[in-house]
Amino acid sequence: MKKKLFGILSVAILSAAVMAGCGSGSGSGSDTETADNSSSEKVTLTNVSYDPTRELYAAYNDLFAAHWKEKTGQDIEITQSHGGSGKQALEVANGLEADVVTLALEYDVKAVQDAGLIEDGWVNEFDKDSSPYTSTIVFLVRKGNPKNIHDWGDLVNDGVGIITPNPKTSGGARWNYLAAWAYADKLYNGDETQIKEFMRKLFQNVLVLDSGARGATTTFVENGQGDVLLAWENEAYLSMQDYPDEYEIITPSISILAQPSVAIVDEVVDKRGTREAATEYLQYLYSDGAQRLEAENYYRPSNEAILQEYADTFDLNINLVTIQDFGGWDEAQEKHFADGGIFDEIYEQQD
Amino acid sequence: MKNEGSKIVKWLLIGISLLFAFLFLLLPLFTVISEALRNGWAAYKEAVTDEYTISAIWLTVEATVIAVLINTIFGLFAAWSVTKFYFRGKKLMTTMIDIPVTVSPIIAGLIFLLTFGRQSPIYPYLQAANIQIVFAVPGIVLATVFVTFPFISRELIPVLESQGTDEEEAAALMGASGLTIFRRVTFPHIKWAFLYGIVLCAARAMGEFGAVSVLSGHLRGKTNTLPLHVEILFNEFRYVPAFAVSSILVMMAVVILIIRSVVEYRGKGAE
Amino acid sequence: MKKAKSKRVIPGFGLSLGVTLSILSIVVLIPLVSLVIYTAQMDLGDIIETITRPRVLASFKVSFLTALTASLINAVMGVILAWVLVRYQFPGKRILDGMIELPFALPTAVAGISLTALTTDTGLIGSVFDKIGIKIAYTKIGITVALIFIGIPFVVRAVQPILEKLDSSYEEAAGMLGANRKKIFRKIILPEIFPAALTGFGLALGRCIGEYGSVVFIAGNMPYETEITPLIIMSELQEYDYASATAIALVMLIFSFAILFAVNLAQARNSRIINGGSK
Repeated sequence: MKKKLFGILSVAILSAAVMAGCGSGSGSGSDTETADNSSSEKVTLTNVSYDPTRELYAAYNDLFAAHWKEKTGQDIEITQSHGGSGKQALEVANGLEADVVTLALEYDVKAVQDAGLIEDGWVNEFDKDSSPYTSTIVFLVRKGNPKNIHDWGDLVNDGVGIITPNPKTSGGARWNYLAAWAYADKLYNGDETQIKEFMRKLFQNVLVLDSGARGATTTFVENGQGDVLLAWENEAYLSMQDYPDEYEIITPSISILAQPSVAIVDEVVDKRGTREAATEYLQYLYSDGAQRLEAENYYRPSNEAILQEYADTFDLNINLVTIQDFGGWDEAQEKHFADGGIFDEIYEQQD
Repeated sequence: MKNEGSKIVKWLLIGISLLFAFLFLLLPLFTVISEALRNGWAAYKEAVTDEYTISAIWLTVEATVIAVLINTIFGLFAAWSVTKFYFRGKKLMTTMIDIPVTVSPIIAGLIFLLTFGRQSPIYPYLQAANIQIVFAVPGIVLATVFVTFPFISRELIPVLESQGTDEEEAAALMGASGLTIFRRVTFPHIKWAFLYGIVLCAARAMGEFGAVSVLSGHLRGKTNTLPLHVEILFNEFRYVPAFAVSSILVMMAVVILIIRSVVEYRGKGAE
Repeated sequence: MKKAKSKRVIPGFGLSLGVTLSILSIVVLIPLVSLVIYTAQMDLGDIIETITRPRVLASFKVSFLTALTASLINAVMGVILAWVLVRYQFPGKRILDGMIELPFALPTAVAGISLTALTTDTGLIGSVFDKIGIKIAYTKIGITVALIFIGIPFVVRAVQPILEKLDSSYEEAAGMLGANRKKIFRKIILPEIFPAALTGFGLALGRCIGEYGSVVFIAGNMPYETEITPLIIMSELQEYDYASATAIALVMLIFSFAILFAVNLAQARNSRIINGGSK
């Protein structure tokens, strides 16, 4: 018995050495594989995107593959990567080989630019500030709207439980916060003391601050916490699709225009020789077919005419402020979300 | 020894154990299984035979096997040197061995990212040598080895510690070689601890999420392990498939545990 | 010192230490050094400013207290579980034994989501506790529950091999000599399993302090209340503030290092007492 066990052990150690060799071998192997792709018949692209666009790009990649095949006769394969927008940007900056990035905020694409991977001027490389589709923040409430929530002002009422992700960790939650700020700004004519008081009350009503948008939806939908979920418009519609009889979407009087940004990662496409395909991939997002696809996935198409076709789906009367009203992302980030910013201040006062 | 008092203690302890296991192990497990089967067998089968699920299974198996093997080599040598010899800096070394378990997995991932990623000073050399570590399989393996690093050595050290060095010393004085001493004298003492170590290491390696998530890049079909695939499914609003894929991990753990029980049963029967 | 002489008696010192150190360097040392270098680029004043922010300090407190509570519970339960598994025969024993590693194999996110579903005020367990006014999910209790789950295998699997190896003939002899069970436990069993239990406790504590994946789902993440340190680190990363993230990470690391070092010291002292006593 002892001998047998020892035999097993020595085999294990031997194969460990072999496997360790294989491990590094297979790593470099897969690397050469990707490098070869540029010259072969089949083109591959990697699109690094953020969480809520999964369904959109799953559909768009099929549409684009057909378009590319027709145009060039080549097959194209697109590898998707999704995650929190900031984390995805961090990974691209640290060597994740993305041909294109399609992230939630301009700020995140800028982080990739700052790492030296994207050349200056990418914002003007595509139409509409390189935002082929937009979205906004809406409320998801339980069927029948028992707490009578119609606008941001109703959220600070006593006994209303709010679920939103944490603006510190979630890009989407920053849009929520800024949209609420925009409402209070209008209500109090820019009196910052009163706005802060409003925001403080609002966050006092927050029951759970999940780390990401998906976690917040889980808390609201699966675990039944809270009365209202502040969510992306497209995420709210997806929850409605899954549970049509349990929820309602409320569009507030004022919200924020979220403009997800797309960009070509210059360093990677130059290395892999995929610039042409990558450019076409992003350009085609503005085609009529793609714009309709975006609308069907509950993103607001940037093409006005096509947006009007979907007037039944989207509440087009909503008053949308943009990030420019906050002085751009750098300023908003610094003022509200950085350490010691207003968001921290709101919580400190509670103690 | 076998009096009334000890019987009461026995059943009290068993009762506490079972209650604890029910609350903290069985109920969460039950939740996973019942969620996985919420939409019936067909949906379950579809989820677990999905193309991306299959590739995630293989990657997980690969990373687990490599991590266990590397840690086995390390664990044996480390336990041997720590318990059979006295040298300066030993306590520091044993503490270093434990560090990986206590580093938040996300920090671990971040550290590797900074060490081997594009912003690191050694990145150009890695590129020149055509070695891709981060966002490729080697990075995943490295992260897995890191989080499971002390498991095997940690199981072996206390056993060897309490066994002392007398037997090895006697064998050495009688002229036995190092290998023989290990095989004949040391290994019989540690084999069960060793087995536990391997099982712990394998289980943890399969389930590792945080560190791997930072280093993988989440490329579908290429660098997604099972736990990452589960996360992706959650994020796609696909609860049931997510739990179904989680249940694969549970089953893999069960297979390992059955293998362990068989080895243990045979081994102990033979003794 | 008898030990000094034994150093040369057993062969394999050079080889085993060499292999150990080289693997240790690649996997642990190089990354740790790079973390330290990274932090060293920061100004000391900035580091202190970062780690003494009230929110960061509050998160240290939350992380440490919940991890300590969970690890203590696990230390006691771990010894009991190991004892029961080694010494007693009862129906379902093999299944219980087999389930111990499950918390490792289950991805932490799945564990977090499952535990949250069970312990919210509408969940299977949570609804029972809700009736007596105790909220589990989204409180510190919830965090502790998740951490208990994460840490179960450490103590059990550290103590189990020792108990199995421990010859029950010692106890029987002691029993025949008239020692009562309490005394047998205190004098014979406890000293044997103590170092292992301590190691398990230390590892569980370290792991719990750093745990992120399962806790974020159940914690509620309210600043000052249920916000854990790893979450703060994540939020620093989201703001591309690597410097703050690594500074906080370094504090956690030093903390863990101190705990482990203390455990190892205690263990070494303990093993000296045992070995010294038996010779």
